[in-house]
Amino acid sequence: MSMAATQVVRSEWTKIRSVASTVWTLGLAVVVTIALGMLISALSKSEFDTMDRQDQLTFDPTFTSFAGMSLGQLAMIVFGVLVVANEYSSGMIRTSLAAVPRRGTFLAGKVAVATVLALVVSMATSFAAFFLGQMMLGDLKASLGDDGVLRAVIGGGLYMTLIAVFSMGVAAMLRSPMLSLGILMPFFFLISNILGSVDVTKKVGRFLPDQAGSKIMEVVPPLDDDTPYGPWGGLGIMVLWVVAALLGGYLVLKRRDA
Amino acid sequence: MIELSGLTKRYGEKVAVNDLTFTVRPGIITGFLGPNGAGKSTTMRMVLGLDRPTAGDVRIDGRHYHELKDPLTYIGALLDAKAVHGGRSAYHHLLCLAQANGIPARRVHEVLDTVGLTAVAKKKAKGFSLGMGQRLGIAGALLGDPRILMFDEPVNGLDPEGIHWIRNLMKTLAAQGRTVFVSSHLMSEMALTADHLVVIGQGRLLADTSMARFIAENSRSYVRVRTPQRERLLDVLATAGIAVAPGGGEALEVDGDKAEAIGELAARHQITLHELSPQRASLEEAFMQLTAESVEYHAHDGQPAAGPLPPQGQAQGQAQGQGQGQRPWGSDWRKG
Repeated sequence: MSMAATQVVRSEWTKIRSVASTVWTLGLAVVVTIALGMLISALSKSEFDTMDRQDQLTFDPTFTSFAGMSLGQLAMIVFGVLVVANEYSSGMIRTSLAAVPRRGTFLAGKVAVATVLALVVSMATSFAAFFLGQMMLGDLKASLGDDGVLRAVIGGGLYMTLIAVFSMGVAAMLRSPMLSLGILMPFFFLISNILGSVDVTKKVGRFLPDQAGSKIMEVVPPLDDDTPYGPWGGLGIMVLWVVAALLGGYLVLKRRDA
Repeated sequence: MIELSGLTKRYGEKVAVNDLTFTVRPGIITGFLGPNGAGKSTTMRMVLGLDRPTAGDVRIDGRHYHELKDPLTYIGALLDAKAVHGGRSAYHHLLCLAQANGIPARRVHEVLDTVGLTAVAKKKAKGFSLGMGQRLGIAGALLGDPRILMFDEPVNGLDPEGIHWIRNLMKTLAAQGRTVFVSSHLMSEMALTADHLVVIGQGRLLADTSMARFIAENSRSYVRVRTPQRERLLDVLATAGIAVAPGGGEALEVDGDKAEAIGELAARHQITLHELSPQRASLEEAFMQLTAESVEYHAHDGQPAAGPLPPQGQAQGQAQGQGQGQRPWGSDWRKG
């Protein structure tokens, strides 16, 4: 890493660790993902006997322990958005760009630091959600050594990280925390789910970043699964979305006046 | 040294900065004066590469801003005291800037001490008063011990003690041989601090001159006279060939430093004087006259303010012409 890049990374690390929003967004993501995962795992265990035969056959204990991610990812979105967009809402961006006028270096440094932090937190969260979820599942539990389980748990960490990075890219494009959250939150919490559950839109919906990316957390596929991509293929689609968002953010930062 | 050449910024049809060419030199305080909305902040943002010029160029010690390695060590700027993340402490705000430019962390403590914020270094910036925010911004500007400093309206909203402190700081920095470029919309403030003056109005250069010359050319001196024997005094002055103009109320005004001559004439003719006081027209009036002309110019020319603008030669010609004494600024200040 060049001198300038090292300096930017150190600077961005100071920035990210010196604001309260980092702690509460990531903390919320951890707590919500794990706690909700445990709750749903416990409920699934108690209701397993009342499920119909088909659901019992395709019951996915690993995926069930990640159920909290649907809500926990919203906190990761807030984290990603605030890391980038707070520079704009506070006016800090002008001070930052005066210190680091090479905008590509600035954005790369910021996204790199936030991504590494998100990755560490997400991986820990994913493993914790898995183990605690399996604990709640009792004799229904999966083991880390089972086929595809380790891939799913690591994938869960990658999924949460990518959600945060995607949000950083979107925030860099929109340059406003309110606008970014106003678009991302309902999109990931509602619209993507609706598109994915209606038959007509399902074929398009499953190429959306969260639908494609979450495939990696699946160990037992649904019975009538006709998804045209596998777990890593799905994650690859999500990575493409993230790259596109970051590229868009970079172009906006590069071209517009600060 | 900051060199602007033909610097222009357009926002759609609106011209914010129009063909500015001037140089900010080291060792002195250069005042950047213009009414609100004249384009001072836009110009300063272009100096820092934050806004991209539509045309023209700015160079800092011969290089573009983005070509500077660790730019804070070349030029420190206070643009907007509120351009700080409110949730971050003063210390961490300065630390992240220092780290981005390879400046050692002990320098953060030094500048906090210089601006008097050591006691609140760990406090979040959102709890800061305007004056404290201004001091934090100045600490950021001083961080890299730069040879060039740029302050945008640094005394805005400060208490007298803070204003005094900033004036002294700028004078100290200039005395150390640094380049100090400071904007203001108040002539009175500039008269107290600046050695050189760059005046803009509606984005155009109106004057680029030394402060001393600006004062000499613009502060018209005259003598205010009041007397109960007004008609007799007028006769006596007319006989002596001294031109008189009516002042406010019953007062008379005589151009130039003629207080002694008038006093002696009055004594010789036994005229009672109630007042005989030398006066200077304020620089503020001269400045308002100067910038008002830039507005009038557009109106007389039949062009909207945002329309196409005249070639640079006219703006400069105006400034230079006045320097040659053809038509001193504010010479017609009373007409308005």
